[in-house]
Amino acid sequence: MMARRLMHVLALLLALCSAPAMAHKPSDSYLTLKVSGQQVDGQWDIALRDLDMAIGLDADGNGELTWNEVRERHGAIAAYALARLKLAQPDGSACPLVIAAQMLDDHSDGAYAVLKLRARCPADVVTLDVDYTLLFDIDPQHKGLLRLEHGALTSTAIFAPDSAQQSLHVAGASRWRQFVDYVKHGVWHIWIGFDHILFLLSLLLPAVLVRRDGAWHGGAGLRPAVIDVLKIVTAFTLAHSITLSLATLGVLALPSRVVESTIAASVALAALNNIWPLFQRRRAVAAFGFGLIHGFGFASVLLDLGLPASSLLLSLVGFNAGVELGQLGIVALFLPLAFLARNTAFYRKAVLLGGSALILVIALVWLAERAFNLKILS
Amino acid sequence: MRVFPRFTLRRALALPLALACAGACLATPYIPADGNRTVERLPSRASPLQRDLLQQRAELSKNPNDLRRASALARRYIEQARIEGDPRYLGYAQAALAPWWQLAQAPNEVLVLRATLRQSSHQFAEALADLDTVLQRDTGNVQARLTRATVQLVTGNYSAAKASCMRLYSRAPALVVQACLSGIGSVTGDAADSYATLTAMLARYPGAEPDVRSWVQTLLAEMAARLGDQNAANAWFKQAMASGVPDSYLLGAYADFLLDQGRAPEVVTLLRDKGRIDALLLRFAIALKMLQSADAPVQAAALRARFDAAMLRGDTVHQREQARFELTLRHDADSAVKLAMLNWAVQKEPADLRILVETAAASGERGAAKTALDWIARTGIEDRTIAAPLARLRALQGQP
Repeated sequence: MMARRLMHVLALLLALCSAPAMAHKPSDSYLTLKVSGQQVDGQWDIALRDLDMAIGLDADGNGELTWNEVRERHGAIAAYALARLKLAQPDGSACPLVIAAQMLDDHSDGAYAVLKLRARCPADVVTLDVDYTLLFDIDPQHKGLLRLEHGALTSTAIFAPDSAQQSLHVAGASRWRQFVDYVKHGVWHIWIGFDHILFLLSLLLPAVLVRRDGAWHGGAGLRPAVIDVLKIVTAFTLAHSITLSLATLGVLALPSRVVESTIAASVALAALNNIWPLFQRRRAVAAFGFGLIHGFGFASVLLDLGLPASSLLLSLVGFNAGVELGQLGIVALFLPLAFLARNTAFYRKAVLLGGSALILVIALVWLAERAFNLKILS
Repeated sequence: MRVFPRFTLRRALALPLALACAGACLATPYIPADGNRTVERLPSRASPLQRDLLQQRAELSKNPNDLRRASALARRYIEQARIEGDPRYLGYAQAALAPWWQLAQAPNEVLVLRATLRQSSHQFAEALADLDTVLQRDTGNVQARLTRATVQLVTGNYSAAKASCMRLYSRAPALVVQACLSGIGSVTGDAADSYATLTAMLARYPGAEPDVRSWVQTLLAEMAARLGDQNAANAWFKQAMASGVPDSYLLGAYADFLLDQGRAPEVVTLLRDKGRIDALLLRFAIALKMLQSADAPVQAAALRARFDAAMLRGDTVHQREQARFELTLRHDADSAVKLAMLNWAVQKEPADLRILVETAAASGERGAAKTALDWIARTGIEDRTIAAPLARLRALQGQP
């Protein structure tokens, strides 16, 4: 008995010594909830390892968990998870959760079950009461990491056994903060929306040049170049602001496939115009015409972010301002460089013709992908 | 919903994004095409050990208030956490102790286990309070005394740690008592004697438990390395590695020694399949970097994702590793020294001092430099592995 006791003593002692090396990842789940009016959409990532400990997934117990074994247990996983997450409104009325789909995802520490959640609350969500009790009975060191999204606003919360119930204010942030968030989204979306950038660049590339005798030459002064750029950018801005507003407010709607395909076509035409002049003198007009379609594209991003009814105008103005700021950034980068390089053959041949040809190819691929729903490049 | 198909962007950003998001944010969920594909490796129920744990857990769940069963299972889980380096087992251990976890006056067995679990999440003060309660009730409790000595040693309270070790005389095996004392002596200005005494003591007890032997050998290896006796350190590490399946602490310590010796290829071999443990992944990534391997940035990014995930959950137990990551892999000495200082406020082992000295030397941060030099002057710790950065610190402070 004494010897056994002593062994225990030593085992614990060793455990103490190895503590510093124990920087391995503990159990966490990742919960995202996206609130929009009465609707709550979510995603919940729970480690397969934890689910196996809780309800057993590895049917044959060989330690190699296959997708079939996970799929077999989808019903049990759903029942287990849903019993441990409750959403409600402050008056106590529940927002019943359902699981729309189950998938997998790989995190840095292993594979996770992904539960796509959906809930509908009795009234528009202002405050959401979340009651989270996943795994706390098996592993009290488990934590639930929540990301709560509402429009462009994101807040986070951590659930642990001593903070299992939390009341989260959804519409709590200041209007200024909301505005700034939407401006940021606007800037970001023009920067990552390559089709818009390429369209704009295609129209701007010839701005520092003049076309004489069927060939390009460097333009004389900065003034005409600036005026040309100003005209194009203003026309594009005016046009996409109009349709962005109308589409966001629900006045106008176009099928997204038509919008996306036309955007691709507009990029192709703008690029082609630099190689084979189609509307050389009227690039501002083209910017306006196609700008109308690009506005629909921006609108779908904004609608995807979700718009709080209470601050619709604020978000719309913020997002649009962001798009314009992002666009100004591109112009501010482009114009000085292009102007300095305008008299070089490199600019006229490689940048204008070569660049336009490359843009044309990319745009045609986009067009094929979007119009025929193909996947050429991934 | 696919709004703007942006293939070029996706291509350009896919790798860094996937890596940056791997731990915390949501990547793209998928459904495997092949149902027979292995999607995760779990502890196999076929192994006798896992079967035993499962059985004990099942028995306990039938009778959760059975103190004997609960503490036995908690102890098993804590041991498993040490062997695998997996903190989930610490949570399972805590769950086994649930009926008593919130009680200030819990039974002694529970208090000792609770203290062990609390110190593993760096709640040192709470751990000491639990141990003091046990020792008030039972002054001869060896477990509590040893655990207390360890916590005191880790937090740099050497006089208290020494007193705790002394109280173990004639209660614990002589080899364990000497390891306790030598561990303190070796960082308080008595390195050579502590090393010699412990070496002699180990030779005198060839029949000691294998786990204890490998623990003492690891201690001796680290002491020898700090004394600058690389051959002896090498030999001790070899012996410890041969005494059984090495735990994550030993692997980390040996890897550090090999890295100091410029033996990065051996570290790569040693830690190739230990990537699940952050501290070992860190050493693996450092070794790859020393070898200028193309895989180095990938491993560093994976590590970054782990630290991000830990910060998301509010953990601070990784600050020592994170400081080293920032210094060695990201070359961000300013962030590194801040982390090293935060870590130093909590724990003060030689490894903590080392990262403090290295980050202070790299960043030139005077506050950190003074903290480190004052500590060295006060305790008399000798460590040849930090000689170079220490010389830079002294030059920085204008000390001889």
